Amino acid sequence: MLAYLTKRLFWSIPMLIAVSIVAFIIIQLPPGDYATAYVAELRHQGDTVDPLMEQEIRVHFGLDKPIYVQYWWWISGIVLHGDFGQSLDYNMPVSNLIWARLGLTLAISITSLLLTWLIAIPIGVYSATRQYSALDYVFTIFGFIGRGFPEFLTALVLMWLAYSWLNMDVGGLMSAGMEQQPWSFAKVIDVASHIWVPLVVLATSGTAGLIRVVRANMLDELNKPYVETAYAQGLSERRVVWGYPVRVALNPFISTIGWALPSLISGDVITAVVLNLPTTGPLLLRALKNQDMYLAGSFILILSVFTIIGTLISDILLALSDPRVRRG
Amino acid sequence: MTEDTPLVEITDLGVEFRMREGVVRAVDGVSLHVRKGEVLGIVGESGSGKSISVRSIMQLLPKTAVLSRGSVLFRPPCGGEIDIAKLDRKGKEIRSLRSRHIGMIFQEPMTALSPVHTIGRQVMTPIRLHLGLGKKAARDRARELLQLVQMPRPDQMLDAYPHELSGGMRQRAMIAIALACNPSLLIADEPTTALDVTTEAQILDLLKSLQERLGMAIIFITHNFGVVADIADRIAVMYMGRVVESGPVDDIFEKPQHPYTRALMASVPRLGAERRRRLTTIPGMVPDPFELPKGCSFHTRCSEAVAGTCDRLDAPLIDLAGGRNVRCHLHSQNQTGGPDVG
Amino acid sequence: MTDTTLINPTPIETNDAKEALYRATPRQLMWWRFRKHKLAVVSLCVLVFAYLTIAFAEFTAPYDPYEITEMATMQPPQSVHLFDEEWNFQGPFVYGLKRARDLETAAVIYTVDTDDIVPLHFFVAGSDYLFWGLIPGSFHLFGAEDPDTHIYLLGTDTLGRDLLSRLIHGGRTTLTIGILGVFFSFLIGITLGSISGYYGGRIDAAIQRLMEFIRSIPTIPLWMGLAAALPVEWDPLFVYFLITILLSLISWTHLARTVRGSFLSLRGEDYVLAARLLGASEKRIITKHMLPAMTSYIIAAVTLSVPEMILGETALSFLGLGLRPPVVSWGVLLQEAQNLRVIVQAPWLLLPGLAIVIIVLSFNFLGDGLRDAADPYGR
Repeated sequence: MLAYLTKRLFWSIPMLIAVSIVAFIIIQLPPGDYATAYVAELRHQGDTVDPLMEQEIRVHFGLDKPIYVQYWWWISGIVLHGDFGQSLDYNMPVSNLIWARLGLTLAISITSLLLTWLIAIPIGVYSATRQYSALDYVFTIFGFIGRGFPEFLTALVLMWLAYSWLNMDVGGLMSAGMEQQPWSFAKVIDVASHIWVPLVVLATSGTAGLIRVVRANMLDELNKPYVETAYAQGLSERRVVWGYPVRVALNPFISTIGWALPSLISGDVITAVVLNLPTTGPLLLRALKNQDMYLAGSFILILSVFTIIGTLISDILLALSDPRVRRG
Repeated sequence: MTEDTPLVEITDLGVEFRMREGVVRAVDGVSLHVRKGEVLGIVGESGSGKSISVRSIMQLLPKTAVLSRGSVLFRPPCGGEIDIAKLDRKGKEIRSLRSRHIGMIFQEPMTALSPVHTIGRQVMTPIRLHLGLGKKAARDRARELLQLVQMPRPDQMLDAYPHELSGGMRQRAMIAIALACNPSLLIADEPTTALDVTTEAQILDLLKSLQERLGMAIIFITHNFGVVADIADRIAVMYMGRVVESGPVDDIFEKPQHPYTRALMASVPRLGAERRRRLTTIPGMVPDPFELPKGCSFHTRCSEAVAGTCDRLDAPLIDLAGGRNVRCHLHSQNQTGGPDVG
Repeated sequence: MTDTTLINPTPIETNDAKEALYRATPRQLMWWRFRKHKLAVVSLCVLVFAYLTIAFAEFTAPYDPYEITEMATMQPPQSVHLFDEEWNFQGPFVYGLKRARDLETAAVIYTVDTDDIVPLHFFVAGSDYLFWGLIPGSFHLFGAEDPDTHIYLLGTDTLGRDLLSRLIHGGRTTLTIGILGVFFSFLIGITLGSISGYYGGRIDAAIQRLMEFIRSIPTIPLWMGLAAALPVEWDPLFVYFLITILLSLISWTHLARTVRGSFLSLRGEDYVLAARLLGASEKRIITKHMLPAMTSYIIAAVTLSVPEMILGETALSFLGLGLRPPVVSWGVLLQEAQNLRVIVQAPWLLLPGLAIVIIVLSFNFLGDGLRDAADPYGR
């Protein structure tokens, strides 16, 4: 077990380095650099700019140095000082921007993830144990449809329905007038009347997929001989199903929990844009559109690091739940 | 209970699979019995209904199977008589019989053990469920059981996972689970088929010595005559969902009465037989279960089939002397013994 | 036993149907199994219909997708009728719409004019086009007889452009991106996947790490990052091509995994060992013995990854990072429906979304059907 973990940890180091390089390349991809953009920005504001100044800025920020030196400065700033650079667009440190929005993002995502599990796992298990029952068909159809509906479309349709039937504008996190007010019962109600839309959208798409996976895995497992052994021991159906095949069937699913971590932060980009939520997704989109490359690059770096950590967590969980993996 | 009342008595059992393509009668009027402390061997090819028949004793049939007729009487040592065929397959009564009074060993020791629980945990499950022992006591009992099935280093084995053990060791663990509550009947469904020959012999020896020590009855299913000869007191031969012949093991080996039994025995390689003798095979294939042949189900492959009789009329079950039965037309015409063939 | 004869053991009688079953080639068997999967067959028909429609987009679309009609902005869909108000049979026709302005809100209102019957004609002359940019033509599948009267079966957008024509032309972009993208990722995936699965060892480890690495970068942000790096001023066609490659550069790992997995299991098969013992070259073993055994799985995997591509394109364009107007694609069309106010006024602008759902589901069902049919041990 320990050897396995050490090996996994060891492997994530080169992965982290490679990811940071890719993020940096993305930062560098658009033509021009920080200095060109900065000068253009000043010109845009009506300042007259000395052509020499652009060069000065370049020297000041070290942009005239070879690319690997720049990379080193960028990455060492992040690792040693937690300094992700400056957002051009917002004229603020990147880290402030991101951390400020991360809380809400995680709150929405984790809630919807838990909702997804709470709904999908029992339904998937039920569908598998009562294969071809009426409810199984209902859930299967739901799963199929959920598979074809992109999240943003669900969000659009929900918004439209809420508006035309309930006469509610459910975009944003709260009603326009509420933002400046202190927290009160009315404000909580107001937020609740908005927050259900993203939760429903995210949970729906996740649930549809997960039901299918859980059902398919369970059907495989239910036919295995060890299930019969468990029945032969005189255990009740509930104890057999939840104690044996569910544990095995959830293994492939546990291995994807780690993947859920980055998508917790990025997966809702489109939904968040549609619903106009103050989460990290729209921030990333805006950064990319305005070529606010330090913000965007740091974003991609942070997300990738989350993925690598997530994969690591998955592997550990998997090793804990499935003894066969530990030796690997 | 007198020595003669059977522990389990299956009468005219019928099990059907109702599928879109039609009804398959996997078991069609099987009658069997096992006495206390007796070893019954059931021999047959795959698809002969032997596994399904014995699974009815535990109500462990596949979901699509329907127990359509017959009774399965079980007489637990504590007294009484239960018709298992009438019990709900998910009900409390049958669950209190499983493992408590009837233990079962399966064919695939590789997959019949849960991959995510330790051996100890799996042996302890029925102990804690049926005997109501605490964790500590159950663990002690599990260790005893592992010793009983001659597993080396039982303490270590308690915390081992199935994938860490060899096939033979897994089957021993399987036996330990089946014997956990000291059942009066042990069902062994081809317990050695998936094992290599040496391990097979070890497991058979183990089963035999356990039977002598604990005195439980065993129903031993196999497709291999050589295996039952060693362990069984009586044999029942099955073909296409029916018992075609049954009787004491020595009698059947000495003088098989049904053409199918003879054909099966001829296809077993034997030491000491004439050197040049070719191994015979049974011609033809097992018939399509959806389109069972008319008449005796074996007539399509029988070398002694009689046209006009065997392909038209169902073969009757005939009682022979010495507790023997045979289901064959040849015997209804000549009741004193088999025709002089083979 | 006087009047009896011995029956020789005869093989089971086979009727014609069984005979055909025994003689069928694997491909025939696959087709038979596939035909049983009703949903997959329907999906196949839907997809054939969709791809035929977009192949002849200039002809099947009634109007030029860029043609702006100021007097018909945000016009609701006109439904096709066969009988008029008095239940007289008229042949297919639509009612004309009257355009007026609400005096208070100044919003445009359309009312159905049941006196104005516009019959639907087929193969009418309409706006000129160059079919596939080469052959000039002016015939359209249907339209009104008078070229100045327009029929909008799916309504119009904020600029008065015909949504149906835009949907068909947009489908040409979106649906071909799906196929092309999968083709590229198929090339990368199958090459690296089979190398990885066949040779194993250090090469396998290296390719595995590469795949793990690519998969460790969250898809959508990476797509977004790369797409944002594409300069705005580039030729739309070139951007289209780059987006396709971009999508495939990231999604090949899934295919490669499938291929590698089946290679690993096939490599252990006895018949591969037999081929090797007979002295077959590695290339021959891969191409003649292993690939054919995997073809059907690969086809199924490919089919299942098309919708992923389509959704990728749609999402990117929807966010304004992929294709940009004037190019039409379903994502671009949906971009217009981003705003709640627009949807409330013109809910039919969500119809491209319905098209996406239908196509994605069809590909999924088709893929499921193929996968089931490809399994030689399936029932």
